Amino acid sequence: MSVDALGSGMGGSNKLRRNWSWRFEPPYAFIALVVLLLLWQFACSFMGVPAYLLPAPYDIGKDLVLHIGYFVPHILATSVVILLGFAASVAVGLPLSILLSYSPFFNKSLYPLIVGSQVVPKVAIAPVMLAWFGFGLTPKVAIVIAIAFFPVVINSVVGLRATPPQMIYLAHSMGATLWQIFWRFCLPQALPSVLAGMKMAAVLAVIGAVVAEFVGADAGLGYVILAASSNFDITRQFAAIVLLSALGMAFYWIIELIERRLIPWHVSQRTEA
Amino acid sequence: MLRVIRGESTPAAGLPSKGAGSSVTIRNVSKSFRTKQNIVHALTSVDLDIRQGEFVSIIGPSGCGKSTLLMLIAGLDVVSSGTIEVDKRQIKGPNSDIGIVFQQDALLDWRNALSNVMLQCEIRKLNYASSHGRAEELLKMVGLEQFHSALPHELSGGMRQRVSICRALLHSPPLLVMDEPFGALDALTRDQLQVDLLRLWTDQKMTVVFITHSISEAVFLSDRIVVMSPRPGRIETIIDVELERPRRLAVRDTPQYARYVQRVTDIFKSLGVLKEDEA
Repeated sequence: MSVDALGSGMGGSNKLRRNWSWRFEPPYAFIALVVLLLLWQFACSFMGVPAYLLPAPYDIGKDLVLHIGYFVPHILATSVVILLGFAASVAVGLPLSILLSYSPFFNKSLYPLIVGSQVVPKVAIAPVMLAWFGFGLTPKVAIVIAIAFFPVVINSVVGLRATPPQMIYLAHSMGATLWQIFWRFCLPQALPSVLAGMKMAAVLAVIGAVVAEFVGADAGLGYVILAASSNFDITRQFAAIVLLSALGMAFYWIIELIERRLIPWHVSQRTEA
Repeated sequence: MLRVIRGESTPAAGLPSKGAGSSVTIRNVSKSFRTKQNIVHALTSVDLDIRQGEFVSIIGPSGCGKSTLLMLIAGLDVVSSGTIEVDKRQIKGPNSDIGIVFQQDALLDWRNALSNVMLQCEIRKLNYASSHGRAEELLKMVGLEQFHSALPHELSGGMRQRVSICRALLHSPPLLVMDEPFGALDALTRDQLQVDLLRLWTDQKMTVVFITHSISEAVFLSDRIVVMSPRPGRIETIIDVELERPRRLAVRDTPQYARYVQRVTDIFKSLGVLKEDEA
């Protein structure tokens, strides 16, 4: 195999190897997940783990399927908070990072504050948001922004600063305007970093949404968990957790899909052996 | 942090020298940098005249200010004193009337070879159709006609540098400045690119300012070699290379060629740049 790897040149053989692994490699992670679920089910059914502590996967699944009509509005409510919060995080974070990378003044004055502000546990300010914005969507989106915008800013700043000086020299020698330099050279260069930040933000947005719904909500999966908890319905809690995980994963995948479309040229997107 | 180069950009004039290359006049140019501890004099009173269509190499040890000189000619840095004129126009800001090639190819990873060359057309807002034709022609001249749609990471180092040379030439600049363009390439690729570059130079009729630290490369390529001394950088000697053109690789086996190499080597020895143990 190592001889094979040595002998393989560019393009063609890479493609060959990708096909090979695609055709023959078993989905290890999926198999591991199924095995874990079976072990879990086994422990619940035959080893006497009480259902009020750990519900069996089968019961969780049953609750999900039988009461899907109950869950759907809550899924939608949480999705709206996640999506709006994420979009707002990017809408705030990206321009802010551009400002920080291009203005020495803001870089010196604001950047340390933004980095320093991360020591504030954002979960702790969630009730404050409620006091400021009342109930409804606004405080929830605000909490998501507080949690999710940081990786967008930091990663974008890193990306925007990564343009090699030669590239800027080159642009100047072509008579490029500042806008052209940003749009044609710096932004595409920063895109891998920006997208990495967005992936982190996508995961954090789910956390933010749940925190927001814990603090004050009458809908959403976070609310479902709280309500089920007060009814000692642990199966329902697990069902909501499963749904939240699925939401987070789906959201992450969407960003990855966008990434594959936007930066097929980047190292991170090339075929791995 | 993005470094924005200030100063008005040098406008492209009505190119009186079109087709013959630019002339460059450097008068008493000095450049010093302020560091935290002291002031570094990178260049002191440099005088140089580069004629239209000439191939001039600037050679010197690391830190002799040769790259600084090139940046000044390109208008990407400002002189501390003295003047630089390209085609009788004083350089005060980025000179967009040139082509530029760096040691790192500085290709945009997200654009294929052809599109990297066409970047020049997009930024300068040149005519698309004619630029496209010229880009294809240039890529063909360096043997990359099969690689139009290859992304930079699919190309070898030598191919990437060829693309960046084509990009520098798309707008037919009268002046091409190159900063150790072949420094990162293996010897064989280097030879090939030298041959390619000479072919392009003959074909395009432009002035080339070529920075290198390879003596043999300078002798093989140049009409004149500007030998620079270490810090503070100044011009030590200018050597006329009177080897016949068009030059072929075989010229490197001739005694005349060896004599030129010897001469430059001796200068570096006398400057203390090259040291040998006494026999």
